[in-house]
Amino acid sequence: MSFLSYLINGLSLGSIYAIIALGYTMVYGIAKMLNFAHGDVIMIGCYVVFTMTNSFHLDPLASLGIAIVFCTVLGVCIEKIAYRPLRGANALAVLITAIGVSYFLQNLALIVFGSDTKSFTSIIEAEPLVLAGGKLKIPVITIVTVLSCVVIMAALMLFINKSKAGQAMLAVSEDRDAAQLMGVNVNNTISLTFAIGSGLAAIAGVLLCSAYPTLSPYTGAMPGIKAFTAAVFGGIGSIPGAFIGGILLGVIEIMGRAYISSQLSDAIVFAVLIIVLLVKPTGILGRPIQEKV
Amino acid sequence: MAKLNIKKMNKNFRGQLITYAMVIIAFVVMQILIASGSVSYLLQGLMVPLCIYSIVAVGLNLCVGYLGELSLGHAGFMCVGAFSSAFFTKCMLNTGMNETVRFLLALVIGTLTAALFGYLIGIPVLRLRGDYLAIVTLAFGEIIKNVINVLYIGRDSRGFHFSMKDATALGLEEDGEVIVNGAKGIMRIPSQSTFLIGVILLLIALFICFQLVNSRSGRAIMAIRDNRIAAESVGINITGYKLLAFTISAAIAGAGGVLYAHNLATLTAQPANFGYNMSIMILVFVVLGGMGSFRGSVIAAVLLTMIPEILRGLADYRMLIYSIILIAMMLFNWSPKFVAFRQAQMEKLFGKKKKEAV
Amino acid sequence: MALLEVRNLSISFGGLKAVDSFELQIEKNQLYGLIGPNGAGKTTVFNLLTGVYKPDEGYIGLDGVDLVGKRTIDINQEGIARTFQNIRLFGQQTVLDNVKIGLHHEYPYSTFTGIFRLPRYHKMEKAMNEKALELLDVFGMADKAEYLSSNLPYGQQRKLEIARALATNPKLLLLDEPAAGMNPNETKELMDTIRFVRDKFDMTILLIEHDMNLVSGICEEITVLNFGQILASGETKTVLKNPEVIKAYLGE
Repeated sequence: MSFLSYLINGLSLGSIYAIIALGYTMVYGIAKMLNFAHGDVIMIGCYVVFTMTNSFHLDPLASLGIAIVFCTVLGVCIEKIAYRPLRGANALAVLITAIGVSYFLQNLALIVFGSDTKSFTSIIEAEPLVLAGGKLKIPVITIVTVLSCVVIMAALMLFINKSKAGQAMLAVSEDRDAAQLMGVNVNNTISLTFAIGSGLAAIAGVLLCSAYPTLSPYTGAMPGIKAFTAAVFGGIGSIPGAFIGGILLGVIEIMGRAYISSQLSDAIVFAVLIIVLLVKPTGILGRPIQEKV
Repeated sequence: MAKLNIKKMNKNFRGQLITYAMVIIAFVVMQILIASGSVSYLLQGLMVPLCIYSIVAVGLNLCVGYLGELSLGHAGFMCVGAFSSAFFTKCMLNTGMNETVRFLLALVIGTLTAALFGYLIGIPVLRLRGDYLAIVTLAFGEIIKNVINVLYIGRDSRGFHFSMKDATALGLEEDGEVIVNGAKGIMRIPSQSTFLIGVILLLIALFICFQLVNSRSGRAIMAIRDNRIAAESVGINITGYKLLAFTISAAIAGAGGVLYAHNLATLTAQPANFGYNMSIMILVFVVLGGMGSFRGSVIAAVLLTMIPEILRGLADYRMLIYSIILIAMMLFNWSPKFVAFRQAQMEKLFGKKKKEAV
Repeated sequence: MALLEVRNLSISFGGLKAVDSFELQIEKNQLYGLIGPNGAGKTTVFNLLTGVYKPDEGYIGLDGVDLVGKRTIDINQEGIARTFQNIRLFGQQTVLDNVKIGLHHEYPYSTFTGIFRLPRYHKMEKAMNEKALELLDVFGMADKAEYLSSNLPYGQQRKLEIARALATNPKLLLLDEPAAGMNPNETKELMDTIRFVRDKFDMTILLIEHDMNLVSGICEEITVLNFGQILASGETKTVLKNPEVIKAYLGE
């Protein structure tokens, strides 16, 4: 039974990673940049929900809605102010700017909310689901997390494959210049990508803090890195890849913690990443890079 | 023709000399200021870290600027250098070995161990490209930090004992000593790093890097960066030279780690000192100072480390301001629009001067 | 014995035979042309010869040495150097350094010697500079030695690529569309240069070209590829009169 409960925990954590990784991978696929500040958008989303529920006593779901809107706007603003002026510049310069944005968000949160760790109350208060005669307890938040992830993933695939805006995204990710020539508004498409990614970050943040109820300005950093790892694991730029990568990473982390060593769980996750990339250098679902000579 | 060549060599050489002079002058000025008592204790404590960051930044620039491979794992090599050298120093503490000799040996051991790790990690990692390489180096850095945090090494009359569990699992005799104590790290390391040693090491690192990139091997390394396929077609051993540059880069980071370990009494592997955050901080120095410019790396490392200290009076706001400065500098340096604007301004100025001359 | 001997060389990509049973014999000192419509597999042949691709089957022999399965860098050491259709220079380095990278194996010294500037460093660098300038002089570019290679005009970038390839001291030089993007004057000049290189360095040259003037002007023999297969080969004049070849080119 304990194996099953670890597996469920792993799926839950993996779902959160997957949602964050979706944001990473979309932004990477379309803007061709590593948005290091993505993890910190998660943290900001959590603080918004925290403030709304604790200071304004709003309904948790309404707070979540506000957080999604807030993060969406934040994501678009970050893109406009910090990343757009650097379009066409060296990729490393964009990466460093993203790191600057990450520092900025962390320290802004530090000033506004203080450095102390807040205890985050789960947005879902319900009795855990009891199965197998009390041997297996599944918290409702776990079920909600996994379901949200599946729904988000399906919705995103549908959006990208069926809607006009989604097709524009595909076109921009394939060849930005050609897309522009075909009349796709590249700036709007990139903004939209940041909007979706950041909105997802808010959802992921709330789920994360509901499952692991502590909140500090650095809450987003490590999950951000892990989700980035998950995106690379699955093949960066690929949406199903981010999903698979996220889930696998979560399960490996929890299993590693349970069966091997709790202190080494991060090392195990990274070691598996290295092994996967050495066998398949562009990730599980990544397209092989072919250089024309 | 031959004249042109001499001119070029002189230019390279002059660039090198300017950099060395800059470092030495900065050192002398600081020493005078410290002697006259006009430097705060806090700032004095920053001198060795400044050297450490500069050294690691110079090493990383070799990897990022000249080899063209993004490494986010150099903090891991620092960590290896720091722990291996501190371990050696601790082992030799009561043997009556001369302190200077011990420190020099520790330096050699730290540097070589980091080089070995760089080599071993480089073999699989350097087959990957771009962002994949970046994430794998980050992963290796995190693994190194993680493993050191669960590593216990003790010594008693029967020899060394290792464990990955805890200190009691070492099963030491009563007079035994725990040298590496897991997350508590290595304690009571003699503080031997001084500003002078830091500056000398920085000069050595600069010398090695400058001379390397202006030699046959350096040209091969840059050829791989500029066009791997063409480099292969003229018979350049891609794997070999990639490994060479990566290993030297890791070794220099390791030397920085040795300096770090011997600057503090207690050495622990924290996310703040040997995590990916440190790798990123060093990378910021490299990119902001200019990829391929060792002098720029040193200047950026010094300035960017000083900014938060100068802003210390602003308490919590200092890191916020630091981040804004960082973003603004990146936009100013790299945004295509800003670059065009700057060039236009330069031309205006330049044009004016010309007219005045006429 | 022929300098280059290729027998039954084939490779396919995803079921498509890009090169099928390719045969080639080039005598020492010959100027040989490989022509054919776009997508006929000419560059693929070059990539097979230089080890960028591994053939599915076939034999490649240079001076009797079997090259199949060897790495690109080893094939270069065996004596094949090439240029690229889309110019591949070391753009952030000077013209001189580009050639010096080609001389990498000719004037070796260790990394250690380089860092500590041991006597051998000075000796080798001096010899290298002289040799590189001599090569650049052949192409009339010695005065451009200190230019950044990416700042050169297009025609000179092509020439620099040839100079760099020659620097590796090859037995066989492969030129992939050397006249692409050149105007008639530049092409004419290039033809003279190619002939000059052949005579001065006693070189054997295999070139891919679309410019029929260049091909008929300098190539003694040619092979025509179409859809990966040899359409005709032999003396240039005869082959170019072959109705099949004319049909493939004019698409009738």
